[in-house]
Amino acid sequence: MKKNKTIILRDVCKNYQVGTEVIHALDHVSLDICEGEFVSIIGPSGSGKSTLMNIIGCLDIADDGAYALDGIPIEDYSEDELAAVRNKKIGFVFQNFNLIQKLTAEENVELPLIYQKMKRAERDRRVESALQRVGLEKRASHYPTELSGGQQQRVAIARAIATGPSLILADEPTGNLDSQTSAEIMEIFKELHRQGNTIVLITHDSDVAKQAERSINILDGRITEVTRYADA
Amino acid sequence: MLTLKMALKSIGNNKLRAFLTMLGIIIGVMALVILVSLVNGATGTVTDSIKGLGSNMLTVTVSDNKGAPLHLDDLNNWMKDGTVGNAAAFSQESVTGKSEGNSNTVDVYGVSSYYGDIQNLEILLGRFIKSSDIDNHTYVCVINEYLATELIGYTDCIGQEITLNNIKFTVVGVIKDDDNSLTRAFTSDSLTAYIPYTSLVRMSETATLEVKSFYVSAPENSTTQLTQEKIKELLLKRFDDDEDAFRIRSQDALEDAMSSVRSALAILLGGIAAISLIVGGIGIMNIMLVTVTERTREIGIRKAIGAKKRVILQQFLLEAVILCMMGCAVGIGLSWAILRVIGIVVSSLSMTFKMDGTVILVAVGFCFLIGIIFGLYPANKAAKMKPIDALHYGG
Repeated sequence: MKKNKTIILRDVCKNYQVGTEVIHALDHVSLDICEGEFVSIIGPSGSGKSTLMNIIGCLDIADDGAYALDGIPIEDYSEDELAAVRNKKIGFVFQNFNLIQKLTAEENVELPLIYQKMKRAERDRRVESALQRVGLEKRASHYPTELSGGQQQRVAIARAIATGPSLILADEPTGNLDSQTSAEIMEIFKELHRQGNTIVLITHDSDVAKQAERSINILDGRITEVTRYADA
Repeated sequence: MLTLKMALKSIGNNKLRAFLTMLGIIIGVMALVILVSLVNGATGTVTDSIKGLGSNMLTVTVSDNKGAPLHLDDLNNWMKDGTVGNAAAFSQESVTGKSEGNSNTVDVYGVSSYYGDIQNLEILLGRFIKSSDIDNHTYVCVINEYLATELIGYTDCIGQEITLNNIKFTVVGVIKDDDNSLTRAFTSDSLTAYIPYTSLVRMSETATLEVKSFYVSAPENSTTQLTQEKIKELLLKRFDDDEDAFRIRSQDALEDAMSSVRSALAILLGGIAAISLIVGGIGIMNIMLVTVTERTREIGIRKAIGAKKRVILQQFLLEAVILCMMGCAVGIGLSWAILRVIGIVVSSLSMTFKMDGTVILVAVGFCFLIGIIFGLYPANKAAKMKPIDALHYGG
């Protein structure tokens, strides 16, 4: 059975102008990620993995090449259309959690649902279930400053999964956490994967990358190597 | 609704800053409401007292008689016309009044009998000048309370005699001083005596039987306008169609003048207050720009998880408008309190300072506009941020 492809990148290029020099942050990158896959993208800093993540995450648009997310070509989209795509199809988990400090855990999780103009009852239900899945239902009304790093990252994961996205995009999700907490967070990602979510995890840490099904190496804006690990 | 909650929350996050930002608006609104209310209160009182003078009264002065001088009989004839109410000639002189060793300058008005009615003079004791007094040139006088107390020593002085220009007059009536009117400040400090018009002609060197100035009132259930037209017609006929030979002034004109003074003052002071509101609005814009910069990360997060431009714009615009409207509400509340205090302090002046509904509406509307105008630029700046740049701002 052939799986649906969540991400199709074809010859994607992204250039930055620094002074008079043009830097090829992404140089003809082609990449397929199937539905339900757990893929890690690994590379040192400056390798272009952040640029790749921005493009996959619809935070930025490629200069050249084609990108289809969930079968929808993301080209020539306006900023607001991209916002709608991010809102419905992508769940972000960032290295520094990126929670809004003055909103409680549950309000943070609720925010993308509000932007979807979802009805209140449905929002409440989704927020509760998302917080349950990361094991934080007891901390729902705490503010980020009252939570540990690991707990904040769980809130961020709950926010990412609350909308039921096609893709969970994690950018160094364990980068700011100690090894014990990192392991816990990775367990959550594995659990989400088992439940059928598509996950793309960006990291520079090969130990973290290994925990995915498949690992894509990127260097100087090119995909250099694809390693397939045994199913996690 | 949720946007509103979020906006209130972020304002509440930094109460001191929010208050300082609002201060400009608070002061501006207070200036606007208090100044305009004071103008309205003061001029309103003046207007009321002008009305109290007899709003259906016309003052006619004749400057050129064209060889056909007016006499008391002419006025009496005109009064027979249905559109003319009462007409009363008057002529004023300053003479020395004496009584039992007291001496003072007295304003003497030679009047005809309807003068009291037209001027709304209130008789305290006795009676006013009658037409028989005029026909017989009797030496009777009606004096005001002030004259009675100053010259005679007591008010109950009917039958007493006072000397005006060495002619003895018998007091037949005392006029009540109107304490409550603002005009009191201009009139009642003078010692006033009213005597028959014909008697003044006899004792004076300048006054003649020719009527040079007189009051006309409109009859009840008619308007001053009709009367004014009629009198004008009569006078034109009399004075060879020369409009410059006489002048008719109505209290309406005075009221009109007063109300234009009132609106001019209100616009002037309101304009000054509006400038301070605009300055307050610039303060709001300043703080909103700081807020937007401070919250760049938050904007980035919101955009990353799917906030559209319009949502971000709304959020910051709403914050600016709420700041303005809160300042406006506080300002109106404080103005109310201050006007109450002023009202108590100057209660002796019998002026009332009420907050005008229109001023409040203007203040609210103006604050709303300022919130929108000065909030738009910062909010637009926030909405236009690129999500990646905003996310990585400051780390």
